[in-house]
Amino acid sequence: MTTATITTTRQSTPSATPATSAPPATSATAAVRLAHGDGWFTVCDRGLLTPGRGVSVLLPDGDQAAVFLDRSGRVHAVGNRDPFTGAYVLARGLLGSAGGRPFVASPLLKQRFDLTTGACLDDEDVSVPVFAVRVE
Amino acid sequence: MPEPTFDPSAMAAHPSDRGRARAAVPDAPAGAPTIVVVGHGMVGQRFLEELAERGLTPEAGGARVVVLCEEPRPAYDRVRLSSYFDGRGPDDLSLVEPDFMARHGIELRVGDPATAVDRAGRTVTARSGAVFPYDTLVLATGSYPYVPPVPGRDARGCFVYRTIEDLRAIEAYAKGAATGAVVGGGLLGLEAAGALKGLGLATHVVEFAPRLMPVQVDEGGGAALLRTVEGLGLTVRTGVGTREVTVDGSGAVSGMALSDGSSLAVDLVVFSAGVRPRDELARECGLALGERGGIAVDEECRTSDPAVFAIGECALAADGRVYGLVAPGYEMARTAAEAVAGGRSAFTGADLSTKLKLLGVDVASFGDAHGASEGALDVVYSDARSGVYKKLVVGPDGTLLGGVLVGDAESYGTLRSLTGSVLPVAPEELVLPAGAGGGPVALGPAALPDEAVVCSCHNVTKGAIRAHGSLPEVKKCTKAGTGCGSCLKLIGQLMPPPADAGLCGCFPHSRSEVYEIVRTLRITSFSALLDGHGREEARGGDGCEVCKPVVGSVIASLAPTVGASGYVLDGEQAALQDTNDHFLANLQRNGSYSIVPRIPGGEITPEKLIVIGEVARDFGLYTKITGGQRIDLFGARVDQLPLIWSRLVEAGFESGHAYGKSLRTVKSCVGRTWCRYGVQDSVRMAIDLELRYRGLRAPHKLKSAVSGCARECAEARGKDFGIIATAEGWNLYVGGNGGAAPRHADLLAQDLSDAELVRLIDRFLMFYIRTADRLERTSAWLERIDGGLDHVRDVVVHDALGLCGELERLMADHVAGYRDEWAETINDPDRLRRFVSFVNAPDAPDPSVRFVPERDQVKPDLELLAGPVLAVRTLEGTVSR
Ligand SMILES: Cc1cc2nc3c(=O)[nH]c(=O)nc-3n(C[C@H](O)[C@H](O)[C@H](O)COP(=O)(O)OP(=O)(O)OC[C@H]3O[C@@H](n4cnc5c(N)ncnc54)[C@H](O)[C@@H]3O)c2cc1C
Ligand code: SF4
Ligand code: FES
Repeated sequence: MTTATITTTRQSTPSATPATSAPPATSATAAVRLAHGDGWFTVCDRGLLTPGRGVSVLLPDGDQAAVFLDRSGRVHAVGNRDPFTGAYVLARGLLGSAGGRPFVASPLLKQRFDLTTGACLDDEDVSVPVFAVRVE
Repeated sequence: MPEPTFDPSAMAAHPSDRGRARAAVPDAPAGAPTIVVVGHGMVGQRFLEELAERGLTPEAGGARVVVLCEEPRPAYDRVRLSSYFDGRGPDDLSLVEPDFMARHGIELRVGDPATAVDRAGRTVTARSGAVFPYDTLVLATGSYPYVPPVPGRDARGCFVYRTIEDLRAIEAYAKGAATGAVVGGGLLGLEAAGALKGLGLATHVVEFAPRLMPVQVDEGGGAALLRTVEGLGLTVRTGVGTREVTVDGSGAVSGMALSDGSSLAVDLVVFSAGVRPRDELARECGLALGERGGIAVDEECRTSDPAVFAIGECALAADGRVYGLVAPGYEMARTAAEAVAGGRSAFTGADLSTKLKLLGVDVASFGDAHGASEGALDVVYSDARSGVYKKLVVGPDGTLLGGVLVGDAESYGTLRSLTGSVLPVAPEELVLPAGAGGGPVALGPAALPDEAVVCSCHNVTKGAIRAHGSLPEVKKCTKAGTGCGSCLKLIGQLMPPPADAGLCGCFPHSRSEVYEIVRTLRITSFSALLDGHGREEARGGDGCEVCKPVVGSVIASLAPTVGASGYVLDGEQAALQDTNDHFLANLQRNGSYSIVPRIPGGEITPEKLIVIGEVARDFGLYTKITGGQRIDLFGARVDQLPLIWSRLVEAGFESGHAYGKSLRTVKSCVGRTWCRYGVQDSVRMAIDLELRYRGLRAPHKLKSAVSGCARECAEARGKDFGIIATAEGWNLYVGGNGGAAPRHADLLAQDLSDAELVRLIDRFLMFYIRTADRLERTSAWLERIDGGLDHVRDVVVHDALGLCGELERLMADHVAGYRDEWAETINDPDRLRRFVSFVNAPDAPDPSVRFVPERDQVKPDLELLAGPVLAVRTLEGTVSR
C-alpha cells in the first residue's frame, strides 16, 4: 500500500474535473484553506463541498482533517480521527446543529463533536483538534 | 454459604431451651427471633419482600431469616415459565434482584430443601444435615404436578411442566422426537401444548373433561377455544382419558392408549392433569390438613400450630379453597408478613380472574364466570368463524358479576375492574364487535371509578395508579403490573401522554407524523420540512444526526409518490444519509467498508460465486458467509468501492442494501423442488419477494424468510415477515425478531395463495412504514401499537380503516420505481466523485486503513489506529438528547 506524500503546492481535482453539480456561482471558485504549520494549506475548491456533509483531507505531514460546509455556507475543519475508535472517519459523519452551533456525529458510535470548539458534546473530557479555515 | 454451627444434639438435650439454641447460631443478634421460610418459589420470595418492607429482616434489625430453597436457583417467574422457550434464560426469569439477599441479610440456601420439621423443638432439618431453630416457620412449598397412576407413566419420554429443569429436559428430549401429547387440556396443558408445537412436534392434547380449560371457561368459550386451537394445527381429543402410556423395547414412550379404545403414536408425553399441594412436610409433623390435601390455615394464614404459617399453593385457605394462581398467593404472603409484624390482616378468599395468551389466543375469565350466582343472566356474543366468544354475567340489577372472553380479551382489564359495579352501558354493547350495531365498542379506562381495582395481582386501584406519572414509577411504587402483566395495557392508558414525543431537538413530531407530513404535503427536501415544520429554534439550522436519516428514509420510501428522486445520493438527500447509505456500503471499525451483493433467496450460480471469489481475491477482501444466506466482503476502501462494484454489476449483481434501513434478505430453505418434505416451492417465493421489496426504505431493517413446510428450516418465524408453506398455500407470520430481543412472529393469515400472500405483505409493510417509530423493528411496533396484532389484522386483512387500496398503491409505486443504486452510481461520473479517500488527493489511498493477516485472510490493523483511544461506550450510553 502506498503512503501518499503531498506537498502544499499540489492542487487537486477542481481544474481536472469541473464541478457539474455546481453550487452557487459566487462560491464556485473560492479556495478552502486550513491553518497548518505556520501557513495556510489549500484543500480544494469550495464548490467540491456538499452542504451538510464532510470530506477528508490528507495533510502534508500525513495527518488528516475533516472539512464540512454547513447550511449557512460556513466551512469548518476538525481532526478526522475519531478519538473513541481511533479510526479516521469523522468526515463521514452527519453534520447537525444544536442551539445554533454546528456539530458532527461520528459515523461509528455517534458521539457528537462541536465543529467550532472540537469539544465532544457527549463526554466533556474528550475533544478533537480544530483547524482555522479561510475561504478566499 | 456459611454452615450454621448449631449443634442438634444440644437441642435434643434441651428441647425447650430456646435461648441457648439461638445463642449457638452465628451472626444472630442475641435474642433476635428466627424466621425460617421453606420454599423459595414465587410466593416465598414475595413473603421475603413483604418482610423487608416491614423492616423485619436482619439488616433492618429484625429477625434472622433463613430460606430453604429446593430448586437449584432462587425464585423465578413460574407464570412466565414458557417464555423460557422463547430464549429467555433463567436470569431473565429471576424474581430476585441480584443483591436482594445480601442487602437484607437473608440467608438463602439454594438446593438445600427442608426434610423434617420438629414442632416440639421448633427446628427444621435440611437435606444437608443442617438444623435451624425457628420462632416462626413459613411453609411456601407450592404444588407438584399430579400424574395420574397410569401404567407407563415413568417411562423415558414422560415429563411434567413445572420448573425450568422440566423444560430443559423436554427441550432436550424433543430434539429426537416428532410427535408429542399433553395429558390435560387446562390452562397449563394448553401452555405445554403450545411449547411442544413451538419445539416442532406434531402435538395432541387429551382432555378428560368435555371441553378445553373446563375450570376457567364455559361450554361456549371452550368451543371457541377448540376451533382456534385446532386451527393452529393441534389435535384435540376431549372427553377421553389416558389409559396407558405404551413403551417400546428400550423403555421409551411409543404411544398412548385412550379410554375410548383408540390409541395415539407419540414419542413424548407431558402430564398436566392438575396440581396437588406439597403438604408432605406438614403431614409428617402433624399439622392439620384438608381432606383432599392442602395445609389448613386460618384467615391470618396460620396453620394449626400458631408458630407455623402456610402460604401460596400449598395452603388450604380459610374459605376452604386451594388457590392455584399467583395473585392469591401474593395476598397470602402479605397477610402472613403482616401477622409476623404483629399487625392484623386477613386473607378471606380471592378473585380467580385470569387472562392468558395461549397459543396466541386471548383467553380471560373473571368474577363469577360460570354464572353461579342467584338470578345471574348471561349476555353472550359468539362468532364461530373468527373464534371469538364473549360472555358477561350480569345480576338482576345490572351489576357485572363476571365473564368469559375468548379470542378477543381486549376489554378484560376494564371489565374486571368494573366487576361488582353496575355497568354504565348496556352489557350487549360491551360484547359486540367494533362497528356492529353502532354501539360504543369498549369502555375506555375513563369509565372506571377511582376505587376500581386495576391490578388484581397487587390489589392496586385506579386512584392509586393515577397518583403516579409514568409506568416505571407505578411499577416501582405500587408493584402494579409486575405480576401477571395483564393490567399493563390499562395502566398505560391511565398514564398521562408523554410531554414531548418528538423525534429530536429539531422536530416535535414522531416518525409517523413526519411521514404523514411528507406524504400529504408532498415535501421533497429536508430543508423545506425543517424550515416549515421543525421546532422554532431548529428552523434554518442543519438538523441533526437523528432526524436527518429519518427524513432521508421517509422521502426515499415515498419518492415515487411525492415526486422526489428515488436515488439516495441525489441533491440534498446526499447530506441526510448515514455514511453507510452515503457510500452504499457498511462502515467497519477501521474506516473500511464491507460489501454485500444481493443473492435473492440465497440461490446463486457457480459462475456468480466464482466472480465473488475473484473480486474478493483481487481486492484482498475478507470473505464471510452471513446469516442471511449472502456473502459479505470486508475491507474495501472508499475509493475501491466503485471498482469492485463495476465488476459485480457486470456479472449481474446488484446492491444488497445491507447498508440501508431496508429489506435485507429473504432467506429460504430448498423447498419442494429438492426436499422430500417440501409442500411448496419456497425458493421461488423467496426470490419473488426479495425482488419485489428490494430497496424499500423502512424505519428499520427488514428481514424475511420462506420455509417449504412446517419443519421451518428457514427460521421464518424469527423474521419481520416469515412465510411457511402449507398444503394449501402459505401461512404469513409477522413481527418476528432474532438478535438481542428474540420474538417469534405471530400468525397473520393462513393458507394464502401466491397473489393473496403478496398483497397482504404489501399492505403489512406499507402500514408498518407509515406508522412505526424511528428504529422500531416490526416486533416492537407490533407490541407497541394500540390493539397489537389484532389491530394490524383488522387494518391489513379486513381493511377496517379503508387504507388497503392506498397501501397497495404505494407499494406498486415502489416496485415500479426501483432502480439498482450501484448500477446507477458506477455509470454516473458525477455520483462517483465522492468515492475518494481524500478530496485533495483523489488518487491516494487512505494510509490509516491497513490490514494484517489472520487465518489466511486479512483483518483490520488496529494497532495502526491505536494511540489515545478512549474507552468505547455503547450507542445508547453516548447518544443523548
Ligand atoms: C407453566 C405455568 C404457568 C402458570 N401460569 C399462571 C398464570 O398465568 N397465572 C397465575 O396466576 N398462575 C400461573 N401459574 C401458577 C403459579 O406459577 C403458581 O400459582 C405460583 O408459582 C405459586 O407460588 P408458590 O410459591 O406457592 O409455589 P412455587 O412457585 O411452586 O414455589 C414453591 C417452591 O417450594 C419448593 N419446595 C417445595 N418443598 C420444599 C421443601 N421441602 N424445602 C424447600 N423447598 C421446597 C419448590 O421446589 C418450589 O421451588 C402457572 C404455573 C405454571 C407451572
Ligand atoms: S422447511 Fe420443509 S421443505 Fe424446507 S427444507 Fe425444511 S423440511 Fe424441507
Ligand atoms: S393484574 Fe397481574 S400484574 Fe396487574
